[in-house]
Amino acid sequence: MQGKCGLFFTSYCGEARIFQSGFQKLMVVLLIAALCVAPLVLDVFTTSVMNLIFISVIGAVSLNLLTGVCGQISLGHGAFIGVGAYAAGQCSLHGVPFPLAILTGGLITAMVGMVFGVPSLRLKGIYLAIATLAAQLVLEYVFLHGGVLTGGSNGLLLDPPQMFGFSFDTEGRMYYLLFAFTAASLLMVSNIMRSKYGRAFVSIRDFYLSAEIVGVNLFWYKLIAFGVSSFLAGVAGGLWGHYTGYISAEQFNIGLSISYLAMIIIGGLGSVIGSVFGAIFIVLLPEVLNIVANGVGAYFPDIAQHIVALREGVFGLVLILFLIFEPEGLANRWRLAKAYWKLYPFAH
Amino acid sequence: MEYYLQLIVNGLVVGGIYSLVALGFVIIYKATKVVNFAQGELVMVGAYMCFALTVQFNIPFIWAFFITLGFSVLLGLAIERMVLRPLIGEEHISVIMVTVGMSSVLKSLVQLFWGTQIKVYPQVLPSEPIVIAGLPVAPVYIAAFVLSAVLFAIFSVFFKYSRTGIAMRATAFDQQAAQSMGIGIKNIFAMSWCIACVVSSVGGVILGNINGINSHIGHLGLKVFPAVILGGLDSLLGAALGGLIIGVLENVCDGAARQLLGLGGFREVAAFIILVIILMIKPYGLFGTKEIERV
Repeated sequence: MQGKCGLFFTSYCGEARIFQSGFQKLMVVLLIAALCVAPLVLDVFTTSVMNLIFISVIGAVSLNLLTGVCGQISLGHGAFIGVGAYAAGQCSLHGVPFPLAILTGGLITAMVGMVFGVPSLRLKGIYLAIATLAAQLVLEYVFLHGGVLTGGSNGLLLDPPQMFGFSFDTEGRMYYLLFAFTAASLLMVSNIMRSKYGRAFVSIRDFYLSAEIVGVNLFWYKLIAFGVSSFLAGVAGGLWGHYTGYISAEQFNIGLSISYLAMIIIGGLGSVIGSVFGAIFIVLLPEVLNIVANGVGAYFPDIAQHIVALREGVFGLVLILFLIFEPEGLANRWRLAKAYWKLYPFAH
Repeated sequence: MEYYLQLIVNGLVVGGIYSLVALGFVIIYKATKVVNFAQGELVMVGAYMCFALTVQFNIPFIWAFFITLGFSVLLGLAIERMVLRPLIGEEHISVIMVTVGMSSVLKSLVQLFWGTQIKVYPQVLPSEPIVIAGLPVAPVYIAAFVLSAVLFAIFSVFFKYSRTGIAMRATAFDQQAAQSMGIGIKNIFAMSWCIACVVSSVGGVILGNINGINSHIGHLGLKVFPAVILGGLDSLLGAALGGLIIGVLENVCDGAARQLLGLGGFREVAAFIILVIILMIKPYGLFGTKEIERV
């Protein structure tokens, strides 16, 4: 592990810490403070974008644990998020308190994820990708034809979440709720990554045969990776359903799975901070495109009709360009930028 | 009984198109080990290209068809050179995602040029149905089936006897050995993308003649996976048979679900449920190469 200048470790514990230096801790505290103040100064629209970013961060970090850290490609993450949304939605429709509903949603999704993770013992690489693709399409069908359970094509309508008699019914209130969940998820994944489980996941990703030889039980750890990842995906789904107040099957299509994969690739595979960057990037991309389209609308009056197609094209192009020119993602750029300023002005 | 017979015949026709698309997929996978998620979009681009030439530029259909094939060759070359070559030797997920990105770009380009409305091809073949074994079948279906069979035969001969075909098989078998025997691997990669694009375009044109085209044809690309997994990822014969079997099975399952259970839209998932079952029982398919690992 690369230490900072003047930062010496005297124990392995010190090296494994998430925040290693006092400066880092100070920066994190400042960031949290800034994020806490943000909804008070920002307008409603910006807050709603931030809320979407929070939900996407939870989804992206959970997929990154499975795909980036454990190396199991999943094309069914969007459907898992959907399972969480429907499960949590049904719970709160039946009067289960909000935190418990989210938790139940997460647990049910974890179980579904583990069922679809069972083939991962036999299937590797592209075969697993294709199997999860099948899971995605089968679950999509279940969402659409699930009868009372999923509301079919009508979907489910939900009330804003309530906790201890306090209703999170505005963007600003929802912001704090989502912020808390996001921080907890990030902390959880960071801690899993530096635990025994995280090291086992990395060894499976790097070479499964040697992992098995050093005593990592492949089936058990792959199953745990699927379970934990799906649990967080379910939490993200539950929060998303409660945030928008409406769950429909079209939300959780293959496109959602692909955009989550794009997030972790653009952000950086196997990196927690990368998942955050990737989620921010992918959520902001359409918003920035809208602004650009409005800006040039005077010169190209047709652009409004083409915005959907343009959005998809730009998304694909960004994905291709990142894969060709920066396969390690924004996390790598962040690392380089930090290294540059650490040595400034004596960089050579 | 007649109901199911009709379903099987329809399934065979749809399956013929699946076979063509799967053929393109397998050619790419065999030579370059790239899993192409943009196969359906290649079909779409071919279909729209031919549509534009015949309807918007008023070129006779047969010439438009050949120009489309030429364009597909160029498209294949461009894709291989610009998108896939920088990623040679990267991990599975990067290669998969780059083809996913490519499918987004192709879809968006088609929508920008032609919109999302359904487009109808001019009538090329007579619409009077031909009666086969007591069942009326439209001539375009028969043409589709025959064309698929002919193409499959051509490629079988090509891979078996021609120099290039043998070189492609050698590359698929062992890249290093092939390279040391003087085979240009890069040319082979480019070649396989060209062939896949051409085959997909043919599929697209046939599809356009049957149903008309819209920007959702790309979903066809997903149906390729059950077909190729059933046939074995690197087997041409497997692709052809897999496509036909999946086409028939999904039509029959859909019909049965509609008649017995009253479930609509089962067609979309039937193939994928079959896919999961195959993966559980026989992951390398009917004719695929088994990967044997020893510790």
